[in-house]
Amino acid sequence: MEKRLYSQSGDHIESTDPVTVSRYRGFTRINHWVTALSLIVLLISGLALFHPSLYFLTGLFGGGQNTRWLHPLVGILLFVSFFILFVQLWRLNLPKPEDRTWVANIGDVVTGHEERLPELGKYNAGQKGVFWAMSVLIIVLIVSGVMVWEEYFPELVSLPVRRWAMLIHSLAAVLIILTFIAHVYAAVWTRGTLRAMTRGTVTGGWAWRHHRKWLRELAGRERGGPAE
Amino acid sequence: MTMDPNLDSPRTAVSNPPIQPMKANLGPGDVVRASAMPDLPKPERELTPVAKLIDVSKCIGCKACQSACAEWNDTVPEIGFNAGVYENPHDLTPDMFTLMRFSEFDNPETGNLEWLIRKDGCMHCSDPGCLKACPAPGAIVQYSNGIVDFIHENCIGCGYCITGCPFDIPRVSKVDHKSYKCTLCSDRVAVGQGPACAKACPTQAIVFGTKNDMIEHANMRVEDLKSRGFENAGIYDPEGVGGTHVFYVLHHADQPSLYSNLPENPRISPVVQGWKGVTKTIGLAVIGAAAVGSILHGLLGRANKVSAEEEREAEHLVESNLPAGKEGS
Repeated sequence: MEKRLYSQSGDHIESTDPVTVSRYRGFTRINHWVTALSLIVLLISGLALFHPSLYFLTGLFGGGQNTRWLHPLVGILLFVSFFILFVQLWRLNLPKPEDRTWVANIGDVVTGHEERLPELGKYNAGQKGVFWAMSVLIIVLIVSGVMVWEEYFPELVSLPVRRWAMLIHSLAAVLIILTFIAHVYAAVWTRGTLRAMTRGTVTGGWAWRHHRKWLRELAGRERGGPAE
Repeated sequence: MTMDPNLDSPRTAVSNPPIQPMKANLGPGDVVRASAMPDLPKPERELTPVAKLIDVSKCIGCKACQSACAEWNDTVPEIGFNAGVYENPHDLTPDMFTLMRFSEFDNPETGNLEWLIRKDGCMHCSDPGCLKACPAPGAIVQYSNGIVDFIHENCIGCGYCITGCPFDIPRVSKVDHKSYKCTLCSDRVAVGQGPACAKACPTQAIVFGTKNDMIEHANMRVEDLKSRGFENAGIYDPEGVGGTHVFYVLHHADQPSLYSNLPENPRISPVVQGWKGVTKTIGLAVIGAAAVGSILHGLLGRANKVSAEEEREAEHLVESNLPAGKEGS
């Protein structure tokens, strides 16, 4: 069977009438939701310590002291969980020539004229952007976060470095929250996307509209099919 | 100088405390600034600013101040080990709010070996970096008499105060995860007594009173030191943090770093200002705008929907690729 260029092992046409396509296996979906949940807890607990007007959010965790110890621990969970996700997803998120065209014609995407754009593999440039932004920001956040982790690493770095780490941590946090908002927004705005992370499948029409190269490759693989 | 209980703050640490009971006069109503509470009401009264003056030239390094501090604050500093230096403990700890720091200075001008001893501890800045950095409402307060105090029931142990402090003073306890530092004996000052360290100092190298009295006293000391050949004697009351309520008389005021790295020009780091200033306000505004904007657009805008035509195209594509025999099944 030919090599996969646009799809992940495990992606396959699940049924033909109507067509549904398996996009994420169970492991990846659980992995994604653990990551998502960690990010949401981090976002709430982090914002609570970021701005006085949001300090009341510490109440969700049972007060400021609990928020203070919980935040970095969940940070480690996020880092590990995202790392496992990264290992699965990075290859198909590498840039491709069609990404340039996609970005240059972002207007057609927004106005719903994807037919004017080149056919895409499993991810479009926007999804790749979210993936790499998350990857980079999570590394920045874990490194700067450990530097200011008073409970276990009070003397890891000098005070001037610690001040920079604090500033960089908060800037990276703002950026990752913006990335998170963009990710959720895009998943909701592009109807039919959420089920890829809940049920694990998308409709054939969704795959045709947004990721036609990916669909073509999966359809092509049906021809050889598993040994009958 | 007197200990009149009608005074709003004690004028000295030397005389004995008043014998008649008195009400603590340093309460929540005297707070002029509190961490993470930008809209604090203005206090009704203004207390006379107080200050502790540490005359380094009179210090004999006896550590009575450290003992008095530990005794009054009921802390039990860990028994350490001898590393061949006089500092004991080796650094400020959550149980040791003040520390005598010893440094040897080979004065190139006189050829004398000088033993410079500085009592380190919270400087009670007029513009406190700890308070600016602290995220917990009311965990750090500044009273109108200038004392900067940690209110431990509100402290969450995050260590941001350490990041904010230009003098590297606060220490977070491993036991209760709360931050500790010199209180300027706010609990003694509130009832007409001077700080324990000043009370215990046998040479009066540490004196306490109103900031104005202390400046006057410090000027006299500087004059005296100058007459004894210390041309560069002077006051260390750094402008960069708006002046401090613990300040020094130094014989080498031109080189504060001689005294165990006392900072030359301390101020709240611009990095901390950037974090607690523009990043905090603009950052939150941008996040808020993005969240509200995407929710509104999600509700009102046109969604990106898959058409029935596209579903048919997909079916066609998949079916045309199915192996013979499976087709149409």
